[in-house]
Parts: sequence; structure tokens; C-alpha cells
Amino acid sequence: MSYIKPKFRHPKLPTNALGYTVADYDGSISTLCAGCGHDSISAAIRNACFLSSIQPHRIAKMSGIGCSSKTPTYFLGKSHGFNSVHGRMPSVATGASVANRDLTYIGISGDGDTASIGMGQFIHLIRRNVNMTYIVANNGCYGLTKGQDSATTDLGSISKIGFENPFDGIDLASLALLQGASFVGRSFSGDKDQLVPLIRAAMAHKGFAFIDVVSPCVTFANHAGASKSYSATRENIDPMPLDFVPMREEIRTQYDAGTSQAVTLHDGSVIHLHKASSDYAANDRQAALSEVQTANAEGKILTGLLYLDPDSQNLTHTLQLATRPLNELGKNELCPGSHVLNSINEGLR
Amino acid sequence: MKPTDVSDPEFFHKVVDCQYACPAHTPVPAYIRLIAQQNYTDAYLINWESNVFPGVLGRTCDRPCEPACRRGRVEEEPVAICRLKRVAADFKDDIADRLPKAGKPNGMKVALIGAGPASLTVARDLAPLGYEIHLYDEQPKAGGFMRSQIPSFRLPESVLDEEIGYVLDLGVTQVFDTYVDSMADLLSKGYDAVFVGSGAPKGRDLPKLAGRKEADANIHVGINWLANVAFEHIETIGKKVIVLGGGNTAMDCCRTARRLGADDVKVIVRSPFDDMKASPWEKEDAMHEGIPILDNHVPLEFVVEKGKLTGMHFDKVEPVYHDDGRRELVSTGEDPVFVPCDDVLVAIGQENAFPWIEKSTGIRFTSWGTPIINDDKTFQSTRKEVFFGGDSAFGPANIITAVAHGHQAAVSIDLYCQGKKISDRPAPNVTLISQKMGIHEWSYDSIPITDERKIVPLVELDQALSDRSLEVELGFDPETAFIEAERCLNCDAQTVFTADSCIECDACTDICPTSCINFIQNAPEDDLRQKLAVPADNLEQPLYVSGTLETGKVMVKDEDVCLHCGLCAERCPTAAWDMQMFFYNTTKATPKLVKQR
Repeated sequence: MSYIKPKFRHPKLPTNALGYTVADYDGSISTLCAGCGHDSISAAIRNACFLSSIQPHRIAKMSGIGCSSKTPTYFLGKSHGFNSVHGRMPSVATGASVANRDLTYIGISGDGDTASIGMGQFIHLIRRNVNMTYIVANNGCYGLTKGQDSATTDLGSISKIGFENPFDGIDLASLALLQGASFVGRSFSGDKDQLVPLIRAAMAHKGFAFIDVVSPCVTFANHAGASKSYSATRENIDPMPLDFVPMREEIRTQYDAGTSQAVTLHDGSVIHLHKASSDYAANDRQAALSEVQTANAEGKILTGLLYLDPDSQNLTHTLQLATRPLNELGKNELCPGSHVLNSINEGLR
Repeated sequence: MKPTDVSDPEFFHKVVDCQYACPAHTPVPAYIRLIAQQNYTDAYLINWESNVFPGVLGRTCDRPCEPACRRGRVEEEPVAICRLKRVAADFKDDIADRLPKAGKPNGMKVALIGAGPASLTVARDLAPLGYEIHLYDEQPKAGGFMRSQIPSFRLPESVLDEEIGYVLDLGVTQVFDTYVDSMADLLSKGYDAVFVGSGAPKGRDLPKLAGRKEADANIHVGINWLANVAFEHIETIGKKVIVLGGGNTAMDCCRTARRLGADDVKVIVRSPFDDMKASPWEKEDAMHEGIPILDNHVPLEFVVEKGKLTGMHFDKVEPVYHDDGRRELVSTGEDPVFVPCDDVLVAIGQENAFPWIEKSTGIRFTSWGTPIINDDKTFQSTRKEVFFGGDSAFGPANIITAVAHGHQAAVSIDLYCQGKKISDRPAPNVTLISQKMGIHEWSYDSIPITDERKIVPLVELDQALSDRSLEVELGFDPETAFIEAERCLNCDAQTVFTADSCIECDACTDICPTSCINFIQNAPEDDLRQKLAVPADNLEQPLYVSGTLETGKVMVKDEDVCLHCGLCAERCPTAAWDMQMFFYNTTKATPKLVKQR
């Protein structure tokens, strides 16, 4: 296996507003199995950061343990990263976002890291509306330990050793909706046309953005009977295509009336939902929950932007934190002197 | 677009840019890999089979392969293919027992006129089949242009003698020191076929330029003068020399003049510097020896005082490029430029001449004086048993083109002598074999190194200028040759795609370092080229398009800057991509000439 990626790039690679090419967002070469869906998610994150012209050093990648959580090594090699304890990435991400509110946080987790060992932490991340993008690379099995069923394995899905899963899987998108997440999306690693704009929108959203990405385990869950295989996912997917137009770009694409609806994010960026999704009410939590549940009941995988509240209040606002990152606060701000203390004391008399 | 038909060997052949650009289609990456393995002998033999004169060509080839080399599109410089060929020749073992022998006589007799590279190639291809070969030349030794026109500081005589010897040793009857003055006579001698490879020996002159006749003693036609130097009829030249012309012959003339004692040599050319016909490296070599190149100067007259040449007048011009691609040299209107000189070498091109071929033979010529050839492949003239090749077929070209003609003419002659249709050419010999060694391992060095092109060391300038026969280039040593060989991208390791196996996981698209691979909706080629991740603007490079996949998309690969690193195939979970070694051996009269080890 090659652990070296050649240094040469296409001499005519396009550049973004910062003058970077997509190669400037590359990481080390992946050590995951060939064809792993997670590698496609890595590439989608890379492409999204490139297209949105985010400075690599203004991004922090947070992860726990698992195949999914190894992937931050394989993209954004020039960004910050913290590979934390199994299921405990939410605590670290919460702390980091409180300490430095200016970075773009991308959390990468898996079905085990989120829906099993990390469930307790995940729920509270949603509840607190931490300003980050949280991606679950959901392959419905424990690929790192030879493919045992996980908490998201669908009912009736057949594992590689031939057992039918007797339990209902946890639907993380429904859970996030129910718990009040301000941005909920679902996608498929094999559909970058949808996944890339979804990640860009999630990163532009000021609040907790959750994306559940079906990401087939090519080694342990890509056989007939496995419900999250490439072919089963393609067969059952019900995609709602979308485009993402950042605030600073003029809108070049014209959409015919009735074929598309625009959702404006807090920063002025616009998400265009079109075709099948044009009459989907992405701003209605109850309706979203109902749509997702209905699709689930029909054995369909509804993908796209499921719910968005562009004006939600995230953790830094709720806690009324300093408007600047802690590392920018100097002695004068942190220790303003006795006259400030005196004035506080005066106020309490 | 329609799916690419990779069962047609020409698609993958075109991907091997160097081999495709080579007139003789030498399997370049194959021999470069052998050099990296220090197997110089087999590297030489692959060359020898394909181009007959590896040692000669490794020093003198026009190298159409190098501008075509994919490496030149990925980074600054192509692989030093030509000089690697010389490495194979320099370090090979004794190859005598690996070479073919004269075949059992088949009763057929073929005359070859002119013992240059084209005729020698025909001889090499036909002798092992049992043909009796009569090789005619007016000179005492074989080699033609290679011997008479290429100075020995570029091509040592020993190298030439060795490689010509390999051909003559195949039992070729040598009829040297014999000028063939009548085709009609020759045809009456009972030859089954005649091949004319007599070159384009007449150098063009400036007969109408003022002062030409008066200054005749100091005006020399370049290629004749070079021949006279080679045969040691001329050993000196004036101190100040003007070389007229901008081709490789002009470069050979000016550098030779330096070695004969001229200390002020100027190349003066009508066209702009960038339009000159000389190869860039030949211009660099001349300038390295202190020879200035004056471009945009059109000769006006030879200036003669008291019956002796004192210089030349030139009109300064500017090029004007018209929309239809036509170039016009327009006078700047300045006063004529005077350049003093003692001698002028005229190297402005060559003309064909067949005064010895009578009309009665039925061999017809075009208005340019070149023979009418049935088509580009057969080299058959309007008289069915007479074939042409090399410079005498289509006008002046180069050695490797002459060799390519020789191979094709030999095929035609063999088919003709067997009474077969010469338009039914045998197919090329092609193999395509998977290079998979393990799950993620290939049998070639797949990941390209980033080293820059190595420069060939030269002898000291003083030493070079004082000895006309001293070879200027020293050639690569084995260590340098290894690195240069490893720069090769192995473009013959083809990325072969099987649509039926693809599960569209995108792993290949994601890993590809040069963003070649796309999965998109099909469209007409122009659209498709613009829709790729990086638009495929190099129209000379093909797109590799698959059949429709499960999602309705197609795989489109832009071959332009593919590194052949194999990562697409390594990251493919279903082996829909595979790296397969493509070997393409052009049609030759003797398909398996060299014993394979």
C-alpha cells in the first residue's frame, strides 16, 4: 500500500478567493480501507472548506475514537485538530468553542462514537447549541473491530457473518430534531453534489449544525442484505438537491419560480432547495420530524437539509461570553484594576 | 461521448506520449525502466529492435519524444529520454549473441540505393528473412548523412561504425564507392525490389544574391562543407564566419567553424529566434560556445572588395503574423546592416535531386521533386517494385524518421515479394498485462520522484574547441542515469477501467493527485471537457469515457496530466481500476527480431 501521495498537482487547479487550491486543504494519505465512505466525506469537507475560502488555520477538527474519528488526519493538514477520548469529543469541542469562539469547528464522529458511548455527551451538545458542525460518518457497524452491529444498524439488516439485526436502529437525525438542534441535515457519502453544499451551509450556520452521513463500510457492511451498503443506499435514497451561495458571492444561477426555495442564513448566505425539495418546509421542526419518520417507515432515506433555524441563539450568546477569544484578551481586560472593582462594589451598596 | 474503445490499441498508444510522438514508436518507458534496473543490455536491445541506431540516436536524435513527454506538462522539464538512450548504449554488455543472423536464403534479391539510415533499416529488417541485400553507396563507407553531416564532436565514428556493423554483419553485400547513375540499368539487373534511400543531398544555395559569383571562393553550402570536413578535405576556415540559416545544420556548421579556428562566428537568420527550425538545445549548445544568433536579418548581398569577400549586407525585418497563420517578414526600413566576414556558410535547407532516375522507368515525381508515393504507409512509388524512404521520400527530416520509413518500406517489400497485398499491413504486436503484485502493490515504481531533470556533463570548453573529433558530451554516469530514469512517469502503465465493477464510491476521484478522474453526467465532448473538475483544455490529449454506470453517470478521465501513480487502482475497492502494462511494438517485417530473455 502506498503511504505517499505524489507531490505533483494539476498545473491548472482553480484557486479560491484566498488564492489557495483544493490541494492546500489536503491531509495525509488515508489508511482506511480502499473505497471507505469516510474518505469521500473527508474529500467533501476538503472541497467545502476550499469552496467557502476558509483559512485552513482558522479551522479546528475535533474527533473521538473510531474509523470516522481517524479521518481528520486525512484532510485539512494545515488546520488545528484534537483527537479526544471515545465519545467525549463534545466536551472538548464545547470547551474549545467557549475558549475561542472565532474558529470554525468541525466535529467528526461515527455511529459508535455518537450513538453508543457518546450518546450522553452528544445530547448535551445539541441542548447547549454549541457553534460547530457535527458530522456523523454513519456506516451502521463497528468497522474498526470487525463489523459488529452498532446502535444505528437498521432493523433486519444482515451482518457480514449472517445475523439479522433484531433491534431498531437509532435515527440520529430524528433525535437531533427532537432535541432542538438548530440545523439538521442528512446525506450520503456517495453524493458529493449534495454533501458539499450541505457542509458549507452547516459551517456558515451560527449554531449547532448536525449532519448524519450514510457512509458505507466497504469491508464489513457492503454485502447484499446490509442496509447501509452502497447499492442499498442508492436504491432507497430520496435526495433533496440543494445549492449553497455564500453571502459575498452574487447569485449567478437563476432558478425558475416554483422549482426552488431560498433559505437565508444568519450571515446572509443562501441555501437554495430545489426540484423535489421545493415544497419541503425546512423551517418547520414538526413537519421535518414527520417527513423523516414517514420516509423511515417507507424504508426510504430522506437526504438533504431537513431543518434549519437560522436565528437560533448559540452557546456563546446564551452564556454572554466575551466577544473576543480568550487568547486575545490582554492584562487590561482580564485584570481591569481596583477602580473597576470599586465601581462594582459601589453598585452593590 | 461514446465510451472509449480501449480494445483499439491506438487509444493507449496515444497515452504513451513519448512513444506516440516517436516516428519509429520506440517503447520508451519500457527501456527507461530497464535502465533503472541497470539492465542496459535489454534496454539497448529494445531500442535496437525499434530504431536500429540507439548509440547514434542517443546523441543526435531530434527527440520529438521530449517535447511530448508528459513530465513536461506536470513540471518544468521532460525526462532526458534521448540521453538515457545513450546510457543504454554506453553501458550495455556484448550483444553479439543476442542479435539475429542472416536468414536462410529465400531466393529474393533487393537493391538498396544509398547506405543511410533508411536503407540500413530496410537491410536490417529484411536480411534475417533470407533476402539477398545489395547496398549501394557512392561513398567508401556506409552511414550516409549520419557519417557525412554529423560532426564527430557530437557523434564519435566508433559508435557509428559499431552500429552500422551490426547491420552489415547480417550478410549484406556492400557495393560502395559506386554511384548509381541509372535507375533503368539497375532495374534490368533482376532485383525483386529496389529501395531508394539516397537522401536529400543537395544543399540550397543563394545563386541570385548579388556578389554570389564574385565571392564564390569563400561561400560554402553548409552540408557539403560539413561533409568535406568529415572526410578531412577541409581543415581550416577564416577567422570571421557568418552562418546563414536557423536549422540544426546551421548549428552544426557554426560549431564546426569554431573548431576549425574561426573565433568570430555568427549565426544570422531571417526568422525570429523563436521560429528557428533548430532544436532549442542545439541553439543553446551553440550559444554556450560563444556564438551569437542574430535573428530577423534577411541577406541583401555579398560585399566583395578587390575580388575578395569582406562581409554581407542584411535588411533588418520584423515578423508580422497574419490571421491565416501566414508569417510575413517586413523590412523595418532601417539602413542595411553590414556584418564583416571572411567566409560564409549557407545552411538554409536542402533539395531533392534524382537526376539518375529516368522518366522511362515510370517513376513519377511531384512538382516539388519528391517521388509520388502510393500512401504514407507503403512507401511504394508509381513503379510497383520501387520503394522510397528517408529524406528521399518526403524531403529532409531526420534519422529517426528515416528509420521509421525503413521499417514500413521493409514490410511493403516483404509483402510485395511474397505476392501479397501491401495495403494489408500486419497488426502491431501489443500486450496489456496487469501489474498487480499484492493488494496494493505494483510491479513498477508507481510513485514519481520530484527530482529535476539532470544535465549532461560536458568536456572543458578549451579542450572541446581544440580537438574537432573530441566528443563534447560525456553522457550520464549510472547514478545520474538512475535518477533521470526514475523521473519517467511510466505512462505505459495504463489505467484500465471496468465499468461493470465500479460501485461509484468516489475513492479514485478523491485520491487522484492531479484531479483527472470525474464521475459526471455524459455530454458531447466539448461540454464534457469544460465540466470536469479541472477543465480539459489540452485538446491534444484524449478523454477516457466509460459506459453508463448505475447512477446514470459516466467516468471521465482526462489523460492530460495523469501521473500513472496507480493510486486510483489502489484505492479502488472492487478493482474496477487496474494498472496494466501496455507494450506496443509497431509492425515490422521481422516481428521477433531480438531474443527475449
